[in-house]
Amino acid sequence: MPYAAAPDTREVILEARELTREFDGVKALDRFSFKLRRGEVLGLLGANGAGKTTAMNCLLGLTLPTSGELMAFGKPLQSHRIQILRRSNFSSAYTALPANLLVWQNLLVFARIYGVPNPKKKIAELLELLEISHLDKRVTGQLSAGESTRVNLCKAFLNDPELLMLDEPTASLDPDIADKVRKVVRKVQKERNIGILYTSHNMRDIEEVCDRVIFLHKGKIVCEGTPDDIVARSSSATLEDVFIKIARDGEIVDEDEKKEKAS
Amino acid sequence: MSFHIISALVLRYLFLYTRTPMRMVELIFWPLVDLVVWGNVTVFIQKNTDKEFGSFILFFLGAMILWDILFRAQQGVAISFLEDVWTRNLLNVFVAPVRTVEYLSATFAVGFLRILVTCVVMALVSWIGYSFNIFQLHWWLVPFFLNLMVFGWALGMISTALILRWGQAAESLAWAVPFFIQPAVAVFYRVEDMPAWAQPLAWCFPATHVFEGMREVMKSGTMNWSHLWFSAGLNVIYLAAAGALFVWVLNLTRKRGLLTKFATQ
Repeated sequence: MPYAAAPDTREVILEARELTREFDGVKALDRFSFKLRRGEVLGLLGANGAGKTTAMNCLLGLTLPTSGELMAFGKPLQSHRIQILRRSNFSSAYTALPANLLVWQNLLVFARIYGVPNPKKKIAELLELLEISHLDKRVTGQLSAGESTRVNLCKAFLNDPELLMLDEPTASLDPDIADKVRKVVRKVQKERNIGILYTSHNMRDIEEVCDRVIFLHKGKIVCEGTPDDIVARSSSATLEDVFIKIARDGEIVDEDEKKEKAS
Repeated sequence: MSFHIISALVLRYLFLYTRTPMRMVELIFWPLVDLVVWGNVTVFIQKNTDKEFGSFILFFLGAMILWDILFRAQQGVAISFLEDVWTRNLLNVFVAPVRTVEYLSATFAVGFLRILVTCVVMALVSWIGYSFNIFQLHWWLVPFFLNLMVFGWALGMISTALILRWGQAAESLAWAVPFFIQPAVAVFYRVEDMPAWAQPLAWCFPATHVFEGMREVMKSGTMNWSHLWFSAGLNVIYLAAAGALFVWVLNLTRKRGLLTKFATQ
């Protein structure tokens, strides 16, 4: 049952309305609706094949939905794609910056694409923030997974996005680097009041970073709420238990709902 | 259309070429091999035939250099796109505020730069090694160059659209597409030497008018202006059709959800 959130007056910067995406008659997303507000970190969770990546791809305009509507900053994504992308950014563990180029070269290219004023200064600031200033003259393809993730994050922060989409930013990182990445994401998000859509299979990530989460199963929203609230409602010990329950059974037993029915 | 975005994308390709000297070798090595082979064949034929035929055979070298303009322009577009695929950077570009026209314009500019590098080297080698001066085409060289470059861009967009549609398995099309049309555009022979049924087909390509025009200029020093007008007019049609095809295929891949699979495979 959808979680009834308290009224929130913050501006909605990303909204999906009844989003459905079919592939050969199979619904990867089924009437998926949500709102992301300015300054909020929303986690999109689910097992492999739950529809997270499809949702992310639709939100990025890489895949067109079969039906439904996508709005960002109050405008339809399809007709205002470029204006919306100027105010957004994206980082994924599954994409890479050109491997042959030096780190500063890659960042300079994207800084120019996003029209960043004084790009060299901005790049230096971000490299320092992510503690990778020493990597600026390194070949991108020779970086470790942790270094590469942080360079990707630099790219994602270049244009001071108001909306950021992070697809498994801590995948394949050791706990130390993953912790650093989470802290930086949270710091930048708070300082700049960014709205972040965050996918991860790491429940520690979600608990530390996300204000609210949506669990998807077979393209449908199974539950929605703050991590603590979802754990409490499902009588599970941890968010990871909730994840496993949903992945196996496709639902959680909502204790509030159970009590309501009993009464 | 934003100039700073186009220049940023071009800068990316320039970084790539300067960081990877092997790519420069590819720009120069293969054209030089072609030139040396054809140059030696030309010298051999010149020495063993009468004077008139010997000067006629120089057309080969001119045709080869002009063909390379078309080929490099096509490669500029198709290979620039493939570079993004190979480096798994395509997704980063498609989720950046880059319009399709800006992306294509950057690949056109890269095509232009590739031509410049290749042509300067080939013109110098053909002049020094084989006494063939491409500048004997005088100012005609400029419209020839432009028409071939634009047709190369159109072929590049068609190649890229086909690769987008069929995925990386079809990437050999980036090299093959110009050679599909090479027999029909009368690069090394006159249209009237082609079979009668193929001649109307040949005139449908802008490049045919350029190669015919080149032979005319080299032979008589003058040219029938209609070749230029036909070439330019056909180029407008080809460029518009190829652009429309590219946009249609891009939208199709978005509709079918193929773009992300393609970009991350």
